[in-house]
Amino acid sequence: MSGVIDLWPGRASVHAAQVDTLLSGFTALIIALSVPVFALIVVFAVRYRRGKPADRTHPMNRNVWLEVSWAVVPFLLIIGFFVWSLMLFVDLHRPPADAVQIDVVAKRWMWKFQHPGGQREIDELHVPVGTAVKLVMTSQDVIHSLFIPALRVKQDVLPGRYTTLWFTADRAGRYALACAEFCGTDHSTMRGTFVALSKADFARWLAESDTDMTLAAAGAEIFRSRGCSGCHGPAATVHAPPLEGLYGKPVPLQGGEVATADDQYIRDSILLPQSQIAAGYPPIMPTFRNILDEEQVAKLLAYIKSLATESPKEPR
Amino acid sequence: MLGMYLFLASEVLLFGGLFAGALTYRILYPEAVVAASARLHVWIGAANTALLLTSSLLVALAVQAADRGLRRPAAALLSGAAGLGFGFLVLKAVEYTKEIHQGLLPGFGGRFDFSSPVEQLFMNLYLVGTGLHAAHMTVGIAILAGLAWRIGRRSLPLPERAVTVAVCGLYWHLVDIVWVFLYPVLYLAR
Amino acid sequence: MTVSRSAPDDRSIEMGAGISEKTVAETAEERISYLRAGHTLRSWFFTTDHKRIALLYLVSVTFFFFIGGAAAALMRADLLTPEGDLLSNEGYNRAFTLHGVIMVWFFLIPSIPNVFGNFLLPLMIGARDLAFPRLNLISWYVYMVGGLFTVFILITGGVDTGWTFYTPLSSMFANGNVVLAATAIFVVGFSSIMTGLNFIVTVHTLRAPGMTWGRLPLFVWSHYATSIILVLATPVLTISLVLIAAERLFGIGIFDPALGGDPLLYQHLFWFYSHPAVYIMVLPALGVTSELVAAAARKPVFGYWFVAASSIAIALVGFLVWGHHMFVSGQSMYASAVFSFLSLVVAVPSGIKVYNWTATLYKGHISLDPPFLFAMGFIGLFVVGGLTGLILAMLAVDVHVHDTYFVVAHFHYIMVGGTVSAFFGALHYWWPKITGRRYSIVWGSLSAVFIFLGFNLTFFPQFLLGYLGMPRRYHVYDPGFQVLHVLSSAGATILGVAYLLPFAYLFYSLRNGEPAGPNPWGATGLEWTVASPPPKHNFETIPVVTRPPYDYEIEQESDAG
Repeated sequence: MSGVIDLWPGRASVHAAQVDTLLSGFTALIIALSVPVFALIVVFAVRYRRGKPADRTHPMNRNVWLEVSWAVVPFLLIIGFFVWSLMLFVDLHRPPADAVQIDVVAKRWMWKFQHPGGQREIDELHVPVGTAVKLVMTSQDVIHSLFIPALRVKQDVLPGRYTTLWFTADRAGRYALACAEFCGTDHSTMRGTFVALSKADFARWLAESDTDMTLAAAGAEIFRSRGCSGCHGPAATVHAPPLEGLYGKPVPLQGGEVATADDQYIRDSILLPQSQIAAGYPPIMPTFRNILDEEQVAKLLAYIKSLATESPKEPR
Repeated sequence: MLGMYLFLASEVLLFGGLFAGALTYRILYPEAVVAASARLHVWIGAANTALLLTSSLLVALAVQAADRGLRRPAAALLSGAAGLGFGFLVLKAVEYTKEIHQGLLPGFGGRFDFSSPVEQLFMNLYLVGTGLHAAHMTVGIAILAGLAWRIGRRSLPLPERAVTVAVCGLYWHLVDIVWVFLYPVLYLAR
Repeated sequence: MTVSRSAPDDRSIEMGAGISEKTVAETAEERISYLRAGHTLRSWFFTTDHKRIALLYLVSVTFFFFIGGAAAALMRADLLTPEGDLLSNEGYNRAFTLHGVIMVWFFLIPSIPNVFGNFLLPLMIGARDLAFPRLNLISWYVYMVGGLFTVFILITGGVDTGWTFYTPLSSMFANGNVVLAATAIFVVGFSSIMTGLNFIVTVHTLRAPGMTWGRLPLFVWSHYATSIILVLATPVLTISLVLIAAERLFGIGIFDPALGGDPLLYQHLFWFYSHPAVYIMVLPALGVTSELVAAAARKPVFGYWFVAASSIAIALVGFLVWGHHMFVSGQSMYASAVFSFLSLVVAVPSGIKVYNWTATLYKGHISLDPPFLFAMGFIGLFVVGGLTGLILAMLAVDVHVHDTYFVVAHFHYIMVGGTVSAFFGALHYWWPKITGRRYSIVWGSLSAVFIFLGFNLTFFPQFLLGYLGMPRRYHVYDPGFQVLHVLSSAGATILGVAYLLPFAYLFYSLRNGEPAGPNPWGATGLEWTVASPPPKHNFETIPVVTRPPYDYEIEQESDAG
């Protein structure tokens, strides 16, 4: 609907249409629950006006069945919508395994996007239509929130953690993108554009974009230049956990628990190495907290993920 | 009395927030928390616990004495409890000084000696928790001492105003109970 | 013989028995209204009379309402254009922060409880004062100290973190007086706790003989429920603020991810208080509305026990829903599902109240005086606000509208459309009791209507803005949103003028209004049995209560008005 005043922003995904339908249905329900009340109030105020003759015999002051029914019945109807809404919500938290991953770093006051092939964008996000896209996001400073109204999605972006957001855009176009968690002075201007392109157009865009190398290759570079291979590489003299085949596997920890080597674990191992020590290894890994920024960590992650299919070398 | 119970409920919620934070970190980073906790002075903490529990006993006896109109014993017991509380604070000060010199707490331009940032976080929680508790203790000591003084000078007649002693005793007991939770949560994390 | 004692163990029956033996001189002195009993500044600023303290609060909350309102006016003016050219980015951020901080803690939370609760609670239960009159006075001073801090912050450049102070923005990055702001709120929190404590003890210990729990006016029930929240929730705010201040001053790092801290922990602590806080803001208003509806209809409130219990239910369940502010924060999906469900549950008691008020009107004898007009406005606006709250509780929808103008509209419908309307309704209903004067019914009715219309024009467009994707706390926006913003600002202008109207005619009534008798509205309730304005010690003899509440003559046929 468009015109002087719109009711909906653009709809760029099936999920968006579903949210709109849910809202319309629920609004209809709450109108049905409230308009009669408003009407009755007005009607009673007129009909039973003081001084006006009317039938006021047997006014009731309590009626437990009535009370219970007008508490329970609307509640049950609302619960129906709760279930529907919960299903949509759960969906938002279950990205498909084959989603294309794009890394996002938020900082005051811009959005940085890194495509797996190494293409980088600032404040603009290009995606192909009809493809599941998963955004893995972190912040360099305060809490931000990525909001794309046309997709009806939003997710807070935290420092020190990864949060994810996934969607499948189904209509090409240019849409708004904004930061939705107050982050300081220029919060109002931390906006951008979300561009959905047909698959062909997207492929062309990828090819035309500037890229030095893929994320994983960039990560391998950092792995060598920052000395990680000194301990984790084949010629190391130090007893350090091997990284080949590590990603996604369970890791026994010193205290007896078992962690999973997911994005958060690997990131913490680089930036907060003392927080979870792998069993059987000395706690001597130094922290890279002030040495690597979030984008470099994301590249290292991409590199380590690319090693996931290799088999671990002989343990030392 | 009801008023004091309500106030104590609010204090429980206050410290509750702090305990919620401590619990969170215990769950998130169990190893670091245990390591940090091991560096606290368990025996000083134990001595403090003993002091505080004894002082609560004295306060309870003082409330009984006040009910019976026994002026001198009540004042003496309250002074004793205040004294034990003061002893607690002295031990705490000694403990803090040791920790500063060990590099666990900020102060005197000393440098920190932590093997992980989560340990520092734990020590900070320890400082805020015990500091807040010490502030409440100081108020409590002042109240008990003030009560003892007024009873001694007969400006608080007993047993007519025994309820005042009971109400202040409740506050002291709360400060004690908070410590009884603080001690294991901070010192005995294993 | 003074009855203002702080020992809560005294039983009211004993006090009642002792009081009837008085000298003639004491009786005559007692008939002097509380307004006339002492003209010096000292008699006002050192008073322990709950009625005078209520007036002290009335003046102070009105003062802060204006400051908060001025901030709002600046914001709406800036939002007339999409470029954000009236205020700088920082200036706008400071404006909305100050607007939130002042309105929440210095206006909304104290408004009805500290003005009308203070004034009416003892009268309604047949007592001469609150349980701790000196504590009551101290609570006003503490409130003023907090307020002075806030004014100081205003003058020295403000604070720009939003009233929510999210970390790590507030603990590590924000410039400005964060610690000072935290201190101001920390201080005023104690005023809240003291008030809540005072009310609970009063209701338990100072009810007149025969005033059983089942005969209490619903206003008292709702203030009792509010006081539970005041006492239990405020300390959690206190500790959250202490931790932020500690992090800022001493770098303790509890919310700093680089030190292993968790910024989400702050959100949990903050909202654990702040969600119940919104019930502190609305429960008293719900109590006021029960009184206004019963008085207007000259009929008992339908389902008294359901309405009384619903206040307690809202207070208790309200502690369990804080996570609905955090659905997209990174909170677990399972936690979000539980919080969403509980948020739907907490709406049920509010719904019960609304249906019960409607049923109260059925076969009543309704008079459309200004208090009732305000009550109707309250019901309309509160219902819209509450139902849009249900929309927000729907997980998938919230993902879209969280942190947009949809939320802003929702909470303003409840807090402004609801609580402020109820505040004005209470003012118009109990004005004759408090001041002994009647005011112009025509002007009163007009302001009720203008407030209702102006409010809807201001805030309804904001629901649309929110769904269209306009985020909160933005003053630069997509030009496509401008029409809606202009409508909203136009409404705000009307609303502002409508809020000023009562000042004119209510002040005018102080000198020129008709003197009011003890019961100008013909309502039930012990407060209407004493003179208007009440004498300093409220009752000559403590009443003995034998009738049910809202004891209107139900069998009345047609109507001698």
